[in-house]
Amino acid sequence: MINEIFLMNGYGLYVWSAFAFTLLSFVSLYLITRIQYVKEKNKFISKFGNLNSERAASAKSQSINREILSNISSI
Amino acid sequence: MFKYFEPNKIFSVTSKAPKYVLLLFIIVLSIGLAEALIFSPEDYKQSHSVRIMYVHVPAAWISLGTFSSITFLSIVGYIFKIRNFFLISKSLAPSGLVFNIVALVTGSIWGKPTWGTWWAWDARITSMLILVLFYIMYLVSWRIYENKDKVFKISTVITILGIINVPIIKYSVDWWNTLHQPASINILSKSSIHVSMLVPLLIMTAAFALFSLLIFLMKYNTELIKIKNKGLDRL
Repeated sequence: MINEIFLMNGYGLYVWSAFAFTLLSFVSLYLITRIQYVKEKNKFISKFGNLNSERAASAKSQSINREILSNISSI
Repeated sequence: MFKYFEPNKIFSVTSKAPKYVLLLFIIVLSIGLAEALIFSPEDYKQSHSVRIMYVHVPAAWISLGTFSSITFLSIVGYIFKIRNFFLISKSLAPSGLVFNIVALVTGSIWGKPTWGTWWAWDARITSMLILVLFYIMYLVSWRIYENKDKVFKISTVITILGIINVPIIKYSVDWWNTLHQPASINILSKSSIHVSMLVPLLIMTAAFALFSLLIFLMKYNTELIKIKNKGLDRL
């Protein structure tokens, strides 16, 4: 059974490499996108932290800014 | 109707959705992989190499669907001046490109045991390679042009030129003699694929669509935060 799953009548190398390439592409794209997202979010948080209280209040009046600040721990 | 496409309305959903989509993707992918690699039967002609279909076909479908969506959104966005449609299109493109590359590479791996060659300049494969070039041109246009109006115009032109290639990809196997087999699944007529292979194929397609949605949501959120960062600079 195990042999059949891995060797697949001699086609195992082709099948497993196709699936491995696909999953590797997915993981790479996910990580790249996540790194970009975290980078931009951290930039936003540091820029927001440098605002004085009046400007911070003005920035916080925009709903998207509030959402970004409230979703700091999510993906 | 277009007010529902305003970034602040969309962001309230897109900022929370990725974690749920990721969880759903992992569940559907696990079921799909078990079906594709273990439970689905081997083909009477191609033996186990047919299992490559479960990654190759969904990847090709989603890359074509994504490019068509990008074109539709770019044209509507350009006509009605809806900037958010361009942001959605731009966020869809990276996953579309990756799916296109996956379709080409897995097709090449499938070609070796089936046709005896890794690559052939046949109509289907060549037209898919041209689609990769259009994806790259589209993404590069966003990188090289600073002026927003210019990038909206140029990216829309690229998608209009690229969409001409989509029906060529679809019908290339009917119009020319190609190594690539004709479509086994037809919406309007009877499909030639057995249900024991169709089910894993549809599950893998659902998994790939969820992954595409996940990347789109993360990319869209990143783009919106980038815009907000520029806004904070101006405060």
